[in-house]
Amino acid sequence: MSDIWVVLEERDGRISRISWEAVAAGQELSVLTGMVVSAAVVGTQAESIAGEVAGKKLGKVARVEHPLLATYTADGFTLALQQLFEAEKPDYVVFPHTYKVRDYAPALAARLGQALIGDVTAVDAGPVFTRQIMQGRLNGSYRHTGGGPCFVSVQAGAFRADTIETGAAEVVVFSPTINAAQIRTRPGERFRASTQTVDLGSAQRIVSVGRGIKDADSIPLVQELAAALGAELGASRPICDNGWLPLERQIGSSGQTVSPKLYLAVGISGAIQHLVGMKGSQCVAAINKDPGAPIFEVADYGIVGDLFEVLPALIEALKAAKG
Amino acid sequence: MRIIVAIKQVPERDAQVRIDAAGKWIEEAGLQWALNESDAYALEEALQLKEKHGGEVVVVSAGPERVGSTIREALAKGADRAIQIDCADLGDRDALGVAKLLAAAVRPENSDLVLTGLQSDDLGLGQTGVILAELLGLPHASLILHVEKTETGLTVKRELEEGWFQTIELPTPAVLTIQSGGNKPRYATPMGIKKAKTKEVRAATAAALAVDAAPTVVLERIALPSKQKSTQMLSGTAKEAAAALVEKLKFEARVL
Repeated sequence: MSDIWVVLEERDGRISRISWEAVAAGQELSVLTGMVVSAAVVGTQAESIAGEVAGKKLGKVARVEHPLLATYTADGFTLALQQLFEAEKPDYVVFPHTYKVRDYAPALAARLGQALIGDVTAVDAGPVFTRQIMQGRLNGSYRHTGGGPCFVSVQAGAFRADTIETGAAEVVVFSPTINAAQIRTRPGERFRASTQTVDLGSAQRIVSVGRGIKDADSIPLVQELAAALGAELGASRPICDNGWLPLERQIGSSGQTVSPKLYLAVGISGAIQHLVGMKGSQCVAAINKDPGAPIFEVADYGIVGDLFEVLPALIEALKAAKG
Repeated sequence: MRIIVAIKQVPERDAQVRIDAAGKWIEEAGLQWALNESDAYALEEALQLKEKHGGEVVVVSAGPERVGSTIREALAKGADRAIQIDCADLGDRDALGVAKLLAAAVRPENSDLVLTGLQSDDLGLGQTGVILAELLGLPHASLILHVEKTETGLTVKRELEEGWFQTIELPTPAVLTIQSGGNKPRYATPMGIKKAKTKEVRAATAAALAVDAAPTVVLERIALPSKQKSTQMLSGTAKEAAAALVEKLKFEARVL
């Protein structure tokens, strides 16, 4: 009689932080609905990570195990969890919003006739789920109206992992039926493109440039600002996609995660993929022409204006301040 | 190879979005529209595969009448023909409903490959391609930067998190969702724009495709996000604002 299921992921042999946050979201949902939360771990040998979560306030913990689940594949995970949820008939299923979940959870939900509410940042009475739309400029409130389970994935950092209640959960083993022919993709080993020569992670000050810079010819202006500040240069994804700065300077979910004393965002609107890479910064300043840019939601100081006017003035002022 | 590219028309990136009177969607009047960014990368990947291996590129898009302009843009860049699914209530459908429309239109094409962008710049659900694969009964891979055709199928480069990548082999037909940055989307040439006017755009409707509209997930309301920090906005001329910022960084935040 478990009504809310949370699917956990491991990282380096431990339950990942965002998975704990998903448990916290499950417990919030439990408070709203009065339902019991259970957790599932997927793999070949999930005993140790199941043990890690069994000390929490959960109905049960299912070890979903099969030799074909040793390596992640969308086919394997979809089949395994489809069978678990057809047996358990949950009302809600909560995932961490990771690149794996993005790869299989929409298919799993579709197989059960539902649509996933992805990248959720809040759960309120209803339940109503909040997620960002329009590149973070607006929030959308979503409600599940389908007949089957409501599938939700939660955004990294949106729920507090330290609020999880402790308890003692029963650990059970669930053995799905999967045959090798059902796994249609063959994943290779993980690799990195090149050795990183720029370590933005330990930088004290970072000037980061985004789409607002408009063209490659204007990058030197930002380099000049970084030099005046004694800062490393970072960038949002589009700048690296265009080849204006090397990939190793990219900050965000697909690049580096940074936490400098000062993060100065220049012409960066602040989509969530970027914000997750820099929201640990001590002080954030932003220059953007759009007063509605989501970067201003996380900034301590903001200047709304044309960066081609503000940057030269700022370089001047910094030089003057240094005397 | 016959390659389908599912594309979406979205508000232009710099567009000032305003919430409409009902609070359920943005005010669309006066908005400029554009091809969704990661869909442009998907289209480019398809065009390059066609140039290398031959075949045709077919774009499919669902939405109200205005979607036609984005379809013409894709044709001008080099797509051979298009399917336009007329669907005025696209915004009322959930990701599953939209994928059902696309699947119904794409299925009879018996294509070798279906590509779509990783996610849309407006709703950002990032689900359409994965659900499309599920509905078509095809294998898929997501967050793909590069596609290589092999004798038995495809080898693709997938982006993971924090600078990691992975190579995946999969058989065709398959569905791939394309991440931005793997190629350089081309611009339409004047000749391309001229040619696009005569290319085939087949019209389809949700009714003719026999896809029901009942959603399992509803977007009830949209709102401005609440601020996570209290931001001090520094006003004045560029010079005044810059001077104020240096002052604040030095003496208030003490980070200089």
